[in-house]
Amino acid sequence: MNASPSSETRRASPWALWLPLMLFAGFLALVILGLARPGSTEVESAMVGKPLPDFALEPAIAERPGLATSDFSGGKPRLLNIFASWCVPCAIEAPQLQMLSDEGNTVDGIAIRDRREDVEAFLARNGNPFARIGKDDVSAVQLAIGSSGVPESFVIDGKGVIRYQHIGVIRAEDLPLIREKLKEAAQ
Amino acid sequence: MRLLAWLLALCLAAPTLAQDAVPPAPFAYRQLDDPAQEAKAQALMETLRCLKCQSQSIADSDAPMAGDMRSQVRQRIAAGEDPEAIRAWLVERYGDYVSYTPRLTSLTWPLFALPLVLLALAALFLRRRMRKGNRA
Repeated sequence: MNASPSSETRRASPWALWLPLMLFAGFLALVILGLARPGSTEVESAMVGKPLPDFALEPAIAERPGLATSDFSGGKPRLLNIFASWCVPCAIEAPQLQMLSDEGNTVDGIAIRDRREDVEAFLARNGNPFARIGKDDVSAVQLAIGSSGVPESFVIDGKGVIRYQHIGVIRAEDLPLIREKLKEAAQ
Repeated sequence: MRLLAWLLALCLAAPTLAQDAVPPAPFAYRQLDDPAQEAKAQALMETLRCLKCQSQSIADSDAPMAGDMRSQVRQRIAAGEDPEAIRAWLVERYGDYVSYTPRLTSLTWPLFALPLVLLALAALFLRRRMRKGNRA
């Protein structure tokens, strides 16, 4: 080797020296940013804006009828609540669902992997805001509408189109948003 | 007597350990009778994300929802549905997130393009190096 490559490396040296450090700093910034703002673990349904898939569920309890897609074509928006008696947070949103129902909204339920006596005990304890309750023992409807857990609530418009998905408990502070979405769906 | 009480308590407590009391979906823990179909189902299940336990595939997870997904996958495969059609059905509902095999989209193309670009750059760099070496 002659002297020319070494003079070339010397000419390129500022880059060779600083580039790895800059890359490392960039990487570090990325890691810190990721730690400071952890991503959401919620999985949003891609079915919002699409019509409800076809389903017909058996009643979950004796006092309420089951739930089918055809129930959602009545012209008025309805709130579809995915719940279960074994789901602890579901009891927390019961008063809010009751309030929405008392205000004249129709609230329907789908009980996920639940037994009749358990659903009945749950509703006796927390109140029953539901007009209809279907039972989904194999998460079939839950998968079909893109829901990934309990509780989740969907605003369905009068034509049976999914308009909004609320992931997690409907807390008292979420009520204005849910009312707003129900009103939007009524238009 | 105390031991007996303990044992009794354990027996009573066991069901409450489960998230729910309903038996799992028919094919959550049962393989399909046809080994070829089961292999197809298994391959698909290993590339579908469990939505309750997001760093596991539904094949790996014991979450009840993953069991329901497995059962649905197996039943659909048994009914003759194509594995990619089942994946597409789930992606339509949960987005690309549910699948562990990335698709080529406007968002993911750099994943596929970058290795090619790096290879091309390396080839270019090496060729220049070799030429210089030959000249020397």
